[in-house]
Amino acid sequence: MRHIISILIENESGALSRVAGLFSARGYNIESLSVAPTEDPSLSRMTLVTTGNDNEVEQITKQLNKLVDVVKLVDLSGGEHIEREMMLIKVRAEKAMRDEMKSLSEIFRGKIIDVTENSYVIEMTGDSAKLDAFINAIADEHIVEVVRTGVSGIARGNKALTL
Amino acid sequence: MELSGAEIVVQSLKDEGVEFVFGYPGGAVLHIYDAIFRQEDVRHVLVRHEQGATHAADGYSRSSGKPGVVLVTSGPGATNAVTGIATAHMDSIPMVIITGQVISPLIGTDAFQEVDTIGITRPCVKHNFLVKRVEDLAETMRKAFHIATSGRPGPVVVDIPKDITDPSVKIPYEYPKSIKMRSYSPVDKGHLGQIKKAVRMITEAKRPIVYSGGGTVLNDASAELTDLVRTLGLPVTQTLMGLGAFPATDKQNLGMLGMHGTYEANMAMHESDVLIAVGARFDDRVTGKIAQFCPQAKIIHIDIDPSSISKNVRVDVPIVGSVKSVLSDMLKVIHESGARPDPENLENWWERIEAWRGLHCLHYEQDGELIKPQYAVEVMNRVTHGDAFVTSDVGQHQMFAAQFYQFDKPRRWINSGGLGTMGFGLPSAMGVQFAHPDSMVACVTGEASILMCIQELATCKQYDLPIKILLLNNGYMGMVRQWQEMFYEGRYSHSYVDALPDFVELAESFGHVGMRVTDPGQLEDAMQEMFDRKNDLVFMDVAVDPEVNVYPMIEAGKGHHEMHLSPTRKSRGAA
Repeated sequence: MRHIISILIENESGALSRVAGLFSARGYNIESLSVAPTEDPSLSRMTLVTTGNDNEVEQITKQLNKLVDVVKLVDLSGGEHIEREMMLIKVRAEKAMRDEMKSLSEIFRGKIIDVTENSYVIEMTGDSAKLDAFINAIADEHIVEVVRTGVSGIARGNKALTL
Repeated sequence: MELSGAEIVVQSLKDEGVEFVFGYPGGAVLHIYDAIFRQEDVRHVLVRHEQGATHAADGYSRSSGKPGVVLVTSGPGATNAVTGIATAHMDSIPMVIITGQVISPLIGTDAFQEVDTIGITRPCVKHNFLVKRVEDLAETMRKAFHIATSGRPGPVVVDIPKDITDPSVKIPYEYPKSIKMRSYSPVDKGHLGQIKKAVRMITEAKRPIVYSGGGTVLNDASAELTDLVRTLGLPVTQTLMGLGAFPATDKQNLGMLGMHGTYEANMAMHESDVLIAVGARFDDRVTGKIAQFCPQAKIIHIDIDPSSISKNVRVDVPIVGSVKSVLSDMLKVIHESGARPDPENLENWWERIEAWRGLHCLHYEQDGELIKPQYAVEVMNRVTHGDAFVTSDVGQHQMFAAQFYQFDKPRRWINSGGLGTMGFGLPSAMGVQFAHPDSMVACVTGEASILMCIQELATCKQYDLPIKILLLNNGYMGMVRQWQEMFYEGRYSHSYVDALPDFVELAESFGHVGMRVTDPGQLEDAMQEMFDRKNDLVFMDVAVDPEVNVYPMIEAGKGHHEMHLSPTRKSRGAA
């Protein structure tokens, strides 16, 4: 099963490699990982997407907690949560395809943020499944380049991962 | 007080009460070595290879309970230390390893003797630090000792660029009295509800067994374990790392379990209905095939490290906390309630166990002209009255020492259980002797292992360490040969150590006493003579029977009930 783990970690050099190293050393899956500082510059927030059965994910959270730099973590998949990912996608847009791409982008609530005579760059935000759906809606030969940020997640309601 | 970075390193060691630093100088740590030269409180022990420094600090720590401290230079100094750091990490030994680093502006430029020490050591330390400002140095040292010694202990590396230790830059020094880290606060006390549940489960059990590991030794919980086991009349088995926490000579001790454990310990595990795991981590050498591990047992697991719980084996009653604290709370509950296991059930259980014990699975015959390695260890046990500190290397001799030396006290058996590091025995014995200068310290080794850190014989000479080396010399890498005999149809691929040195002359060339024994009839007298030479390092080369294998044995991936017994035992109807 897919799990989204949110981590508060000391914003020290090497903190990212401790997490990445843990996953490779213990053979855990890592689907995406996004990191940035929080409102407190001494803390980074990581969102990590992984897959595994309950035992595996229990081990993953325990091993993450064991890292000395990890302050707190939560498995967002255990409750109501929101996940978002941003994608920048460069597509071929020539002749008849220019209108088609534009309307397709609008259906997915994307924004065209760069235009040339034969290409668009579309910015799109949503959960990972929505971004996947957009990519699947475009024929491969029209896709030039895809850049995704990886998932960021947050719990719904009053629950929060703070100190 | 104004101090330079180099002086801060040394002063913080003093403030931590460090007696010994095991190390080897080099360019990046010269400022620190100069600061060591100008004081007398912290004693530096010069080893002959950085691996030796780490094992010596490790042996010092295992035998004394205090953290071991290592000082090595950058580059090869740090990489040579890695094996010893990984050894300590696998066995949860508290150590602080100070590594020099090239000056900060040169980091990342492939400078002379530069390696990414933080990157290389990351997977084999509890934590590591790169010191970026001299102002952070004292606090980092404090944190390093705090992390190394608290919770589940482990090695911590402090990597210090040379410019941080610049003697011309002095800053005010104050060693932090205490340290609080928001990201690190290990629990000590176990959950009382879980403890009560565990006690109920144990007292209702029909066939309970205690399985105690290295955590009991590391947490100095031997007294609590012994109290619990005796109060409830339980059988207890101990892991390779746990030997000595409960007296080996006590009737309730079933000996070691696992791959080379006793028949009674493994069978009792297999048939138990409640398993009480204490400071042990369900290592594959202990469990064998997980699917067949303790098939009827409900499992209680006491461990300081939550990630050890339900990692390899699903547990019914997890209790996170230090072994000492949890066992004392358990004892309180037991004393208050007065609950005990049903005596009749327990009696029946002990009857079964005694039947297994009656097989004498460790039996061997000291016949013929060749000395049996088991006999050599038994003789050593007799001559030392089971009261020596014993270190070992890795292989058959390690198993014979674990099976035949009677460890009645904790911290007496010093070996590399998790990583299985050949070369560990001699340097770790040095650390033990520094911690216990007036005690008997013996190193049981093999001719392949001892050569891996043989250079430390020079260190022993320099510091007059009267270690007794018992070399069980069978000419083979014995454990490799045993596996090749059993699983590779006797194709002894590169397990025969051709061109061995004359160990007697070798020991003498380092300034020690060398002895050779080949006759079983002379072994006891020779052993006595060795231990009578209180002030000498004696290196005894004992020619042992090269064909002897370690039994009992569970093949990797088999269940506890599928033991190979020694050929002389097989006819007695075991599996």
